Amino acid sequence: MHPAPSVIFFSVFSGLGFGLLFWLGLGWPSSTGVVAFVFFAIAYLLAVGGLIASTFHLGQPKRALKAFSQWKTSWLSREAICAVAALILMAVYGAGAVFYNQHWRVIGVLGGLLSLGTVFTTSMIYAQIKAVPRWHMPLTPLNFLSLSVAGGALLAGQVTWALWLIAIAGGIQLATWVIGDTRFAASGTTLASATQLGGIGQVRAFEPPHTGTNFLLREFVYVIGRKHAFKLRVIALLLMCVVPVILLLVPFSHMAGGLAVLAHVAGVLTARWLFFAQAEHVVGLYYGKR
Amino acid sequence: MTELPLQTRKKLGLVIDLDTCVGCHACVISCKGWNTENYGVPLSDQDAYGAAPSGTFLNRVHSYEVQPDTGPAQLVHFPKSCLHCEDAPCVTVCPTGASYKRVEDGIVLVNESDCIGCSLCAWACPYGARELDQAAGVMKKCTLCVDRIYNDNLPQEDRIPACVRTCPSGARHFGDLGDPDSDVSQLVADRGGVDLMPEMGTKPVNKYLPPRPKDQMPDIDVLAPFLAPVATEAKGFLGWLDRTLDKI
Repeated sequence: MHPAPSVIFFSVFSGLGFGLLFWLGLGWPSSTGVVAFVFFAIAYLLAVGGLIASTFHLGQPKRALKAFSQWKTSWLSREAICAVAALILMAVYGAGAVFYNQHWRVIGVLGGLLSLGTVFTTSMIYAQIKAVPRWHMPLTPLNFLSLSVAGGALLAGQVTWALWLIAIAGGIQLATWVIGDTRFAASGTTLASATQLGGIGQVRAFEPPHTGTNFLLREFVYVIGRKHAFKLRVIALLLMCVVPVILLLVPFSHMAGGLAVLAHVAGVLTARWLFFAQAEHVVGLYYGKR
Repeated sequence: MTELPLQTRKKLGLVIDLDTCVGCHACVISCKGWNTENYGVPLSDQDAYGAAPSGTFLNRVHSYEVQPDTGPAQLVHFPKSCLHCEDAPCVTVCPTGASYKRVEDGIVLVNESDCIGCSLCAWACPYGARELDQAAGVMKKCTLCVDRIYNDNLPQEDRIPACVRTCPSGARHFGDLGDPDSDVSQLVADRGGVDLMPEMGTKPVNKYLPPRPKDQMPDIDVLAPFLAPVATEAKGFLGWLDRTLDKI
């Protein structure tokens, strides 16, 4: 799958932002006044910035409001609704913390859960797609949710939680890769099943429909960088997991905390790039490509 | 709404005969022609006369080589367009309701004025039947020529999809696959029509007729034995040349 930068930045930064909102909603940290303002500002910049980035890949962004209508079947529509509901509730809760020194617990918990719900709906947009076997498994939402909660804990300054959650997220990330690698073969989709010609003999793509490329090949058959996939996985895991854990284990300083956040974000961006670049859509089979 | 209808009154679709398709791409051209001039935005091309042309097509013809265990390889031309699936995954993922499956005839369509061009439907389709038009930024797909098949302004023989109308080898058939007595359903039953990627669970309406088994040609060439080489040892000038060259 083509790793569109807008979608990578959207899913990583909104994941972090909503992860932070989740912790703020639970009241960890239960800061007020200027400190709370800074926390909420960071969370909203990440979450809303990510949402705005996601509209860059639309062909007709001016009609984006219509995307709120099909919540009955569409995970993309559910994501849009969940995101707006979470942002509104958390804005109310944040206003209480910043301006009135109040923590309206019910609103906070509800907003926090909706924030997690937004990350879940984002992940389901990918996990629902059967035609991309690597994504079509329960580990995909687990991967997105664990990274969001862990990154949120890191941003919220919840050091002990962050340590454990980052380690768990790293484990889930590893499982996502290892099991994801087997998914295409396990789907049973081959050129033989795609063409139904396997009964005659061995099928080989002989001639593509056109001499040039097309939308399908650009969008679904992206092979650049796959040969470095293993190295990139190691780099991603080191940055998102190992480096932040080490930095959190040394006596706390804002410098180390900041570095941990930067390393974690860089690692998650790398992993998310791989999430797209390594995903193979079954349509590639028709072109004799993967 | 993007909920799929539980049942459609008809299941209009195509039956594609892989045995008779000659791979001429006439269906590709007639499809592009009709659908550029009629329903929805035109099917645009980018850099059409340049070094790297590409464009939007609703129907593409692949060619596959199939190598049996014994005997020569076969070449199979393979037209592919929207299969108008009963369980169309492209429809349910649409966030705006632009994609829908019609209750009256089962045709899967895109309402272009509602499409935001997010491409999620193209991701969900395992067959690569949907392409985002790069000029208009909206999703294009086969309409089963919905603007021909019900068009009273056309003569009766033209009220079929453009690809079917133009196919010179009769490899494309159009009809109601929900009616077991229809010509297309009979054809599918007779020839053992198949679904593409059945494991995807999309329940495609379009069916493909597999190539018929090739004739097994026995060795009936009565003259062949007489054409076997007679001379085992070369004589004369060529024989001398052969021996001399061998020595060098």
